[in-house]
Amino acid sequence: MDNVLILFNQPVIFLQVVVDGILFGSILALVAYGMALVWGVMKVINIAQGEFVMLGGYVALKFADAGLSPLWAVPAATVILFCVGWILYWLVVHWVVDKDIFISLLATFGLSIFLQQIVNQIFSADVRTAESGLVSRSFLDDRLVVAEIKVLAFVLAAIVGGILWVFLVRSRLGQAIRATAQNSRAARLMGIDTNHVYAMTFGLNAAICGGAGALVAMTWVIHPYLGLSYLVRSFMIVVVAGLGNLPGVIVAGLGLGAAENFAGFVFGAEYQAAFIFSLLVVILVWRNWRLGRQRRYLK
Amino acid sequence: MSTPIKAVLAVFVAIVVVAAGYFLLKEEEKKVDSIVLGAAVSLTGKYATAGNHTKKGYDLAVARINEFGGVKVGGDTYKVKIIYYDDESTPARGAQLAERLIKQDKVKYLLGPYSSGLTKAIAPVTEKYKVPMVEGNGASTSLFKNGYKYLFAVLSTTQFYLKGAINLAAEQAKKAGRDPKTLKVAMAFENDPFSQDVRAGVVADVKRHGMKIVIDDKLPPEINDMSATLAKVKALKPDILLVSGHSKGAALVVRQVAAMKVSVPMLAITHCDSAKVIKKFKVKANFILCASQWDRSLSYRDNWFGTAEEYAQLFEKTYKYSPPYQAAESTAAVLTFADAFKRSGSLDPEKLRAALAATDMQTFYGNIRFDATGKNIAKPMVLYQIQGGKYKVVAPLKWATSKLIHPAPSWDKR
Repeated sequence: MDNVLILFNQPVIFLQVVVDGILFGSILALVAYGMALVWGVMKVINIAQGEFVMLGGYVALKFADAGLSPLWAVPAATVILFCVGWILYWLVVHWVVDKDIFISLLATFGLSIFLQQIVNQIFSADVRTAESGLVSRSFLDDRLVVAEIKVLAFVLAAIVGGILWVFLVRSRLGQAIRATAQNSRAARLMGIDTNHVYAMTFGLNAAICGGAGALVAMTWVIHPYLGLSYLVRSFMIVVVAGLGNLPGVIVAGLGLGAAENFAGFVFGAEYQAAFIFSLLVVILVWRNWRLGRQRRYLK
Repeated sequence: MSTPIKAVLAVFVAIVVVAAGYFLLKEEEKKVDSIVLGAAVSLTGKYATAGNHTKKGYDLAVARINEFGGVKVGGDTYKVKIIYYDDESTPARGAQLAERLIKQDKVKYLLGPYSSGLTKAIAPVTEKYKVPMVEGNGASTSLFKNGYKYLFAVLSTTQFYLKGAINLAAEQAKKAGRDPKTLKVAMAFENDPFSQDVRAGVVADVKRHGMKIVIDDKLPPEINDMSATLAKVKALKPDILLVSGHSKGAALVVRQVAAMKVSVPMLAITHCDSAKVIKKFKVKANFILCASQWDRSLSYRDNWFGTAEEYAQLFEKTYKYSPPYQAAESTAAVLTFADAFKRSGSLDPEKLRAALAATDMQTFYGNIRFDATGKNIAKPMVLYQIQGGKYKVVAPLKWATSKLIHPAPSWDKR
């Protein structure tokens, strides 16, 4: 209870918790955005989602090791991970995309273990970080501190979200992606090369995650086994927002980040994850109840 | 079958038998002139980095012992060699491999793996077969509560890791004319056996001094962001912040304390060197206190390697990097075996165990003397402070190479 009081007595700390949470949430929103895309278009739940983030982080590391500013790694990781995603689609996911969901789950699960071990072999299991060279800005004489890199992550998340939205609505490929998501068979009949659409979607997803990963390496830490925490959170965000609701994914991502930070503040770090998963249950129950009510009206 | 063919076959069989006998005998001879130690270490998987430090520590000890002619047991001199297996950083595999070393490879003496978790998995096996194991990388206090008789640890156990920081803070408070009871302590320890043991040690001393714990977070092992805990630190302004969560916890806290400009008079953590915080964060890591098992500047010495500094130089020459304490304590484990063999005068595991239990020696790594549960009680931990991008020993006072800078300047004054 003391911790709640602090939030009321020290509004600046309250603000700090909200800001940190939302900025962390923007990374989650990006990863979830990619997952929603793949899930909606290909009906594949990509278990290797977190590993793409991790790979993006290692691209940033390579940039830092080479003496370049890791900030350049954000676009570079996007491009490189696009290629990785595209190749992995044709090597693995292509063979399972129209199959039962359990087969694709297994395949991407295998992929995630494979990627973890490869990275572990190449870079070792050490915890790494890349220095962006950006600093933290203080407000209200150091009581509110915001790291510029987190703001950059937030801005980039917004830009990527925007570009993606325009791309899906306006471009030919975007239209093809949406058509495939609605009904892949009909899309094929209309002359859309759905395999091409799938490959591009999977690549796009990897690219988004890669960019997010480069930001993670500059803001937090990376190591070969960090994928899982990004996977479960992005999965949860997509479930909460609902498939095909991309603006919802962004909002849910930011909200989840803030909620998690609050839970950590009030209940302690050990209950952070427990809290958000309880929240998931509550949201699902509530949604079910609401849908049930709607059904009654239809009667 | 005609007689000549039979004769040829008989001769052939005879040759095979004689040859086999010869090789077997030869094998037997080989066994006798060397002492074989077995070790399952993590060469791949998540402990691969530390596992390799461990292996290098063992290898360096073996090379040095053999260079000096080997170990004298009774009237004979034996070379030492180690059979290694890779436990892939998984406890179940470690236990299997220990069984394999003992049953198939007939190894009678084991060296420890890396990490408390792996040691915990292997100890019941060595206990079952009554095989003495000397380890240098399993620090968890819980290892020594099961009444194991064949487990010996050369390192300080976990509860001592951050005790020093609490006592240092109390001393500093007294010096400044402040009652230690008024100090506020914030703690964030990973929710795993190692860090929770570190916590238990700290809590005992916090209580002894009558300090107040204002934050007591358990960091989940998969944590990637500590900002909630650190926001609390900002709000409650404790005098001491203690964090332990292996390399990841160390890297996270150093990075986020700087990014969020969290100012605490004393920040003490574990695993600074394995997280390479100085290399990663440069000036941002200054003034942090770090617990360490060993340092090259300590004044211990032995007949094998000379002083701690000489050991460090040899290690650097051989492996091209400065020895982390994980390597030093592994080397010390092999030296402990060598010493026990010399004193027992026999290769019999039971006699060796008795000799190990009676160990009382100094190595370059520190003094080694085991209590009844097998943990080393003769070597204290040291506490570094990062000053100007270097680790400087600040406690215990006996080995301090620099004076503690306390309180650490706040971020706006750096």
